[in-house]
Amino acid sequence: MATPLTLKELSKKEGLLTSGHRMCAGCGAPIIVKMVLMASDYPIVAANATGCLEVSTCISDYTAWKIPWIHNAFENAAATISGVETMYRSLKKQGKIDKEIKFIAFGGDGGTYDIGFQSLSGAMERGHDMLYVCYDNGAYMNTGIQRSSATPFGADTTTCPAGSVIPGKTQQRKNLTKIMAAHDIPYAAQASPSHWMDLVKKVKKALDIKGPKFMNILSPCNRGWRSRTDDAIMLSRLGVETCYWPLYEIEDGATKVTFKPKEKKPLVDFLKPQGRFKHLFAPENENMLKQFQAAVDKEWASLLKASGTE
Amino acid sequence: MAKVVAVTGNEAVANALRQVNPDVSSAYPITPATDIMQRFTSFVSNGKVKTEMILVESEHSAMSGCIGASAAGGRVMTATSSQGLALMWEELFIASGTRLPIVMALVNRALSAPLNIHGDHSDGMGARDCGWIQLWSENAQEAYDNTIQAFRIAEHMDVRLPVMVCMDGFIISHSIERMEYLEDEAIKNFVGEFQQTNPLLDLEHPVSYGPLILPDYYMEYRKAHAEVMAQAPKVVLDIAKDFEKISGRKYGLFESYRLDDAEIGIVILNSAAGTTKDAIDLFREKGIKAGLLKPRLYRPFPYEEVGDALKHLKAVCVLDRADAFGGSYGPLFIDIASSLYPYKDKPVLINKIYGLGGRDYLPGHAELVLNELAEILRTGKVKTFKEYIGVRE
Repeated sequence: MATPLTLKELSKKEGLLTSGHRMCAGCGAPIIVKMVLMASDYPIVAANATGCLEVSTCISDYTAWKIPWIHNAFENAAATISGVETMYRSLKKQGKIDKEIKFIAFGGDGGTYDIGFQSLSGAMERGHDMLYVCYDNGAYMNTGIQRSSATPFGADTTTCPAGSVIPGKTQQRKNLTKIMAAHDIPYAAQASPSHWMDLVKKVKKALDIKGPKFMNILSPCNRGWRSRTDDAIMLSRLGVETCYWPLYEIEDGATKVTFKPKEKKPLVDFLKPQGRFKHLFAPENENMLKQFQAAVDKEWASLLKASGTE
Repeated sequence: MAKVVAVTGNEAVANALRQVNPDVSSAYPITPATDIMQRFTSFVSNGKVKTEMILVESEHSAMSGCIGASAAGGRVMTATSSQGLALMWEELFIASGTRLPIVMALVNRALSAPLNIHGDHSDGMGARDCGWIQLWSENAQEAYDNTIQAFRIAEHMDVRLPVMVCMDGFIISHSIERMEYLEDEAIKNFVGEFQQTNPLLDLEHPVSYGPLILPDYYMEYRKAHAEVMAQAPKVVLDIAKDFEKISGRKYGLFESYRLDDAEIGIVILNSAAGTTKDAIDLFREKGIKAGLLKPRLYRPFPYEEVGDALKHLKAVCVLDRADAFGGSYGPLFIDIASSLYPYKDKPVLINKIYGLGGRDYLPGHAELVLNELAEILRTGKVKTFKEYIGVRE
């Protein structure tokens, strides 16, 4: 029976990622993984791209995963889970397995937007019955905060450091959620751990849809964002309320904004508490703030238009 | 009853795979291996096998898919060549380090640059130390027989390692030869049911695959891998005996041809061994005691057995269809030299690099080499220890 969507009922479910893992205090990723696994009423088999989540949750001879879990390499969580899912179909067809199992791949933004992009695109096109969850913290945090194609405009990272000539990242982020939706998959969505009900509902919906699904989830990283350890949920909420990280879903091609802030906050509310954007507040970088705000406004307007809620 | 057919090497391997009937295959096209998967997917489309295909977007994903499928708990195979194997390189180590019994047909082809689609051994040699078992095949029959045995070797509980079955691109993969197919039922019985070990799909016993292992235990894992590989030759021989019972064909760790009383000899892999045997027969007719050793199990390399088989010779030429740039000699030569190192009395060793990028290896080349060895035997003098043959100066 499906678990009712209340905190009280969800909290009664067994945590499938145990405490004692070695993710940093205040990291968004394990919160996201716990929410995703909690949302499922099906048994899950998961694949994990190399990255923070992987290196911190399965250090031999310990594992934090109470579900079957496989890590292969950095760029191939999608291809790996497609192998697992295909063996499942083969054995099911042969009558060697009868349980209903759902398959989820977890990857950070580096392993998803960049090095794992081909593998992900291939898996989506092939139509495997799987959900790919990207926990997007906006840089290669595991290797020490290097720029990725998910790194926000203007951010200071260790490979695009804010210097006297170049003010951090000079390009806008890759719009991966829309790119995945452009694969004409049945379901693509963005979520944030601050809006847990929205996140859990989306995972539930995704798992009930047959075929390839993609979810992009904002994952605060206090090390890389240069923010306070206890601000992860506050920052992810600001990401949503400033429309830096709009919550929406694209189901069978139809876009729906799933959370519309009563009052859209200025982007600087999201940027200010993060040290990675500190230099943008220098007078000479005022134009960058304007450019960044304009990009956020444009994307938000396009989503509202697409969802018919202008 | 065995069926005599005239088929290409690729067709032979595709039919071996049909008879083995794996649960999953994940593959990507590349010349000259493509033909194997084209034939195999037609078996899938026409219901001749139960296999579920994953037609991926790269060889990296092909091996990644094989790894996921194999860990899930079933029989898995793929095929590739050259650049495809190179793109898989990272995954080859993960497949073997995770002890997954995947079988891969490697249709040997030159590596780029310059781009070349023809047969040489630079792909397989580049992957020789990746922890896979490698079986090399002279002709379509051997490729077929090795492919079938490869599943038993890979899945043996003392081994549980991936196996690569090599044959020469175009020379074997695309040439039609006479060979014998065994009955479908005989192969089905020979390979048996797949035995799972810690399958990922076992929900009652959840396992974590692919942990991080730091300096405290990494080395123990590598040592365990080396020890498991050391078990492989015995398993290869046991399975060859079982295979002989259904086929009548005898397989060892390597083939010895007129070697027992030989004074001069050639060591050579794959298709060129056939041409060389003809030249050896010719020299035997002239009263020159020539012989040949053709490795079959190249990884793990049976050093002791090979050394023992060659130690009584006076002069040996190792022919390499790949060079090891910047190293001393070709890769096969290095293994043969290591095999003979412990012996006080051992043959003079010379090395020739031949047939790169599909350059023909002709009977004349084998005869030149045998003449040179005979000359060394007569004079005790070596002109050159290593040289390229069949090449413009």
